[in-house]
Amino acid sequence: MSAPQSDNKVSLHDVEALFETLLGQLKPRVSHAAGMVGIVTGGVWLAERLHAALGLRAPLGMLDVSFYRDDVGEKGIKPQVSPSQIPFDVDGRDILLVDDVLFTGRTVRAAMNELFDYGRPARIDLVVLADRGGRELPIEPLYCGGRVDVPKGSILMLDRDPRGVMSMSLSSRRRQRGEGA
Amino acid sequence: MNNPQLNDRGGLRHLLTIEGLPRETLVNILDTARSFVSLSGREVKKVPLLRGKSVFNLFFEPSTRTRTTFEIAAKRLSADVINLNIQSSSQSKGESLLDTIDNLAAMHADMFVVRHSQSGAPHLIARHLTRQNVINAGDGRHSHPTQGLLDAYTIRHHKKDFSKLSVAIVGDVLHSRVARSAIHALTTLGTPDVRAVGPRTLLPTELERLGVRTYTDMAAGVRDCDVIMTLRLQNERMQGPLLPSAQEYFKSYGLTPERLALAKKDAIVMHPGPMNRGVEIDSAVADGPQSVILQQVTFGIAVRMAVMAILAGQGKAGTA
Repeated sequence: MSAPQSDNKVSLHDVEALFETLLGQLKPRVSHAAGMVGIVTGGVWLAERLHAALGLRAPLGMLDVSFYRDDVGEKGIKPQVSPSQIPFDVDGRDILLVDDVLFTGRTVRAAMNELFDYGRPARIDLVVLADRGGRELPIEPLYCGGRVDVPKGSILMLDRDPRGVMSMSLSSRRRQRGEGA
Repeated sequence: MNNPQLNDRGGLRHLLTIEGLPRETLVNILDTARSFVSLSGREVKKVPLLRGKSVFNLFFEPSTRTRTTFEIAAKRLSADVINLNIQSSSQSKGESLLDTIDNLAAMHADMFVVRHSQSGAPHLIARHLTRQNVINAGDGRHSHPTQGLLDAYTIRHHKKDFSKLSVAIVGDVLHSRVARSAIHALTTLGTPDVRAVGPRTLLPTELERLGVRTYTDMAAGVRDCDVIMTLRLQNERMQGPLLPSAQEYFKSYGLTPERLALAKKDAIVMHPGPMNRGVEIDSAVADGPQSVILQQVTFGIAVRMAVMAILAGQGKAGTA
C-alpha cells in the first residue's frame, strides 16, 4: 500500500483510502466474538465505524488513558477526562485495540496497562489508521491503514465533522478536538 | 501579589486555604474531581497517577472521617500512605513541629496532609518545605479547603450554576473552618446570595465583609434557599456560655421538616459530619429525600484525589 502525500492536510480522500485498506485487512481475519476498544478520542471515532462495518457482537469499549500516561508528572492531568467503559468481559477475550495515529507507542502502552486493570485478555491486536513511525517502545500494529510522513514537532490528528466525516490535519501543538487547526 | 499556594506558573503547589485562589483554579479542581467520580463505578478503582509517591497523613487533631477519606483517595491514586498518630509520638516528647516535618521529609515523604489545632500550622510547614506538597486538612478555626471544595462540588452536581443560588450556612459559624472555606468557595465561584444563620453569639461580627448576609431568624434565613448547609454544633459550645443548651438550640435553629419546607422545593440539605441528630438537624431531614449528606462523603474522595493529582502533576519545575 502506498503512503499518502506528506502535505499539510492529508485529504479526506486519503483518510477514506486508509480506512478502506484497514477494513480490508480486518474483515477476513477478525472473529465476531472479539472485543473492540477505541482509545479516546480519535481511536473511538475510528472504532465506531470499524465496529459497525465488522458487525461485532460485543458493544464497543472506550478507554481514556489520561490517568495511565507516563508524562503526567511533567504535563499534569487534563480536567476533562471521559470515563473509560469496557461493556464486555475482558477475561479470555480477543481484544482489538484501536487508535487513529501510532507514533511513539506510549499511548498504546498506557492503554494496555489500563486494559489489564479490567481483566486478562486472551490477546490484544493493535489496529491503527495511520502509522507515522517514531516509535520509542517495542510496539507494532497488526492492522494498519498506511504510513504517513509527519514533520518533526507536528502532531497528526484525526478530526470528525458534525456529519461524521473524518479527516486528518497537522498542527504544531496538541489541541482539543473541536478547536481549529 | 505572591500566593504561597501557587508556583511561579500559577499552578497549585499547596492547598492551604481557598481564600485568594483564582476562580479558574477552583473550577479546574472541580472538573478534575468529576473524572475521578466515575472511577468509583469501576471494579478496579485505582489509577497509577501517584505510584511511587508517599503521602503522609499528619493529624494532630483526632479525625476518623477526614483522615480515612484522604487515605482512600491517596490509595486510589496508587500512592503509599503513612498515617501518623501524632498524639502518641514525638510531639508529646517536646519535638517542635518543623523538626517533626524535617524528620518525615528525610523519610522521602512527597506529600503531607496536615490537620492541626493551630490556625496557620500548614502554612508554616509549607513555607519550610522546598520539595513536598502540603494539603491543609483543617487548621484551627481557619480553613478546611478540601471540605469547602467537596461542598462546592456537591452543590455544582445538583444545582449546576452558582450564579443563581441562595445558600444558607446554619449553625456555629464563629468556630467553623468548614463554614469559612465554604464561604470563600461559594463567593469565588460567583454565588450571589450566601447567608449565615445562627444565634448572635455564634456569628462572627464581620461576615458582611466577605459578602455574606447574616440572619438570627432561622425561618427568614432559610426562606427560598437552594442549599442549606448545617454545621455541627460542637459539644464544648453546648456546655459553654455561648448557648443555653442543645435543646434550646434545636428549638430555634434545628433543621426540621417544617423549616426545610420554607426553602425551595428542590433545596438540598448538606452536613459535613458527624451529625448530632436532634441538635442541628432532625433525623427526618437527615435521612430524607433532600439530604445529600452521604453523597458529600463520596464526592469528598474524588475531590481529594483531584487535589492530590493536580499537586503531583506540577512537575519538578513546579515546586519552585
